[in-house]
Amino acid sequence: MAQPQTLFDKIWQSHLVEAQDDGITLLYIDRHLLHEVLSPQAFEGLRLAGRKVRRPDATLAVADHNVPTTDRRLGIADPESRLQVETLSINCDDFGVPIFDMLDPRQGIVHVIGPEQGFTLPGTTVVCCDSHTATHGAFGALAFGIGTSEGEHVLATQTLRTSQPKNMRVLVDDPLPPGCTGKDLILAIIGQLGTAGGTGYIIEYAGRAFRDLSMEGRMTVSNMTIEAGARAGLMEPDEKTFAYLKGRPMAPQGAQWEAAVAYWKTLKSDAGAVYDHEVRINAANIAPQVTWGTSPEDVVPITGVVPDPKDVSTEAKRTAMRRALDYMGLVPGTKMTDIPVDNVFIGSCTNSRIEDLRAAADIVRGKTVASQVEAMVSPGSSLIKQQAEAEGLDKIFIEAGFQWRESGCSMCLGMNPDRVAPGKRCASTSNRNFEGRQGRDARTHLVSPAMAAAAAITGRLTDVRELAG
Amino acid sequence: MEKFIKLSGVAAPMDMINIDTDMIIPKLHLRTIKRTGLGKVVFDELRFHTDGSEKPEFILNQKPYRDANILIAGDNFGCGSSREHAPWALLDFGIRCIISTSFADIFYNNCFKNGILPITVSQEELDILMADASDPENPVLTVDLETMEITRPQGSMIRFRIDDFRRDCLLNGLDDIGLTLQKVDKIDAFEAAQRQQQPWLYPSAV
Repeated sequence: MAQPQTLFDKIWQSHLVEAQDDGITLLYIDRHLLHEVLSPQAFEGLRLAGRKVRRPDATLAVADHNVPTTDRRLGIADPESRLQVETLSINCDDFGVPIFDMLDPRQGIVHVIGPEQGFTLPGTTVVCCDSHTATHGAFGALAFGIGTSEGEHVLATQTLRTSQPKNMRVLVDDPLPPGCTGKDLILAIIGQLGTAGGTGYIIEYAGRAFRDLSMEGRMTVSNMTIEAGARAGLMEPDEKTFAYLKGRPMAPQGAQWEAAVAYWKTLKSDAGAVYDHEVRINAANIAPQVTWGTSPEDVVPITGVVPDPKDVSTEAKRTAMRRALDYMGLVPGTKMTDIPVDNVFIGSCTNSRIEDLRAAADIVRGKTVASQVEAMVSPGSSLIKQQAEAEGLDKIFIEAGFQWRESGCSMCLGMNPDRVAPGKRCASTSNRNFEGRQGRDARTHLVSPAMAAAAAITGRLTDVRELAG
Repeated sequence: MEKFIKLSGVAAPMDMINIDTDMIIPKLHLRTIKRTGLGKVVFDELRFHTDGSEKPEFILNQKPYRDANILIAGDNFGCGSSREHAPWALLDFGIRCIISTSFADIFYNNCFKNGILPITVSQEELDILMADASDPENPVLTVDLETMEITRPQGSMIRFRIDDFRRDCLLNGLDDIGLTLQKVDKIDAFEAAQRQQQPWLYPSAV
């Protein structure tokens, strides 16, 4: 009998074009996503060398980072943002790459539209010049972010030169408590591993807590794998995965579908397969999570307090913590639920899918946004926006005082005009609370969609379990 | 890509952990379609006030570190976004070598594509180099990729390791797309086999 293999081993080995003696692998890439920010220099490189795109049929581009979330028929005001979006269109035209431009009804955040269109499929290798490519691992795809030079390499050769990462399994075998979501689970995992805990690894998520999640919840978990330093997250595809993909425009159809599902069902880690590292986490201890600092590992339960630098072990960590507290304008010992917020952002490739919007709308329904809070929702794609409107979610948000916007990366990183003002504090469903991430001197607290909605209503960080009763 | 063989220059100490790519190059500077010109805004928000004036306390605004071409930094350097603008901006400023106890994976790979050498050392070695770099009178280190040695200001050596393929590419300034395209027969063969087994991955053929 063959040696037991992990899911990662199976995908990795089925994509080897060549394994060199020095440990470098030429890995075949099945799916390549592009957006306007990190691709222009890759196309420029192709042009300078007189090269073409090897597989335009395996490539898909979308404008998401720079696009306004207000009326798009007015175009893009900022000349640099406009040039970048126009450059993507020109590059895609010149090289024959399919593109969803800003006004396309299928436009959206690159990591939302890949799965939504069925472009992302189990057992594939997926890359994009974007660190949150980890998202697609929720489908049992080996998906990771690459740099622009590597993107150029993939465009030209459909392969990537890379070395084999180590393989970590994070096992959470008990169910998540009520009020906790995929976001709370992944924040708790990052808190435990640290932002460099996954460096050099991919992470396979296994156990009931992940199986119980919807595809949306699984995408949220896999998306933030990079915040633990691991380039890719990975989950076994199952009936939920197949049900999500069935009938999507770019998913296989008919007899091809049956053949594909038969193959996808083999994509499981074998019993007895060996991992380089294993971590077991008990879900029962997880409460809704919120970050206090400027790294995603700076996370506490909403029932907790702002931590004290004197309680940490190393001088480097103490220094980083003091700096983070100073930036965030927080005092050790403050109850998290006593921290007021100025902004609420529901959106980003982490938490902007229909389930996220439904969860937030459930909290908001019939209530009003606190008077000092500016709150907005940016759905993950134009199709999600359409679906939410068909369900009447837009009305719930608008009546409560939220702004209901178009889709894009928006206030997650503020490349478009959606930014948090200096010194202002934002409860955000996005993925990074780095200094300056949502705007210069902006202060970010990462939370789930329901927690963000609760903060919008009360005007402070809030335990959603109390609000939901 | 410019070759990296041996570099002698001013090392700037940045004694912070988790220096992320948003710090190295804030998002507003990602709205460029070029690789060059980002050196003037590297570490923008740490380096300049909103009115554009320099923050004198920031290390790269101080003599002799304005001319640094080596950075000594705390753990997990380059975490966060995959933006290659981070190594482009560092390179454009003049940084050719970064020494830390660990690097985020994507940033680490991006360095090699741009002729920057990221060196991983132990915490003890980092502490020594951080102290060396913190002496403004003589913060000069020499990094030799051929012998894989860092020479400290007073002459003693610290050894480091880099995998052979990456070292070879840096030493020779190789374009790896050109190398891969020499293997196009293998890529063709892979695709032919995969197309048989998983035809749904080839939508144009379905």
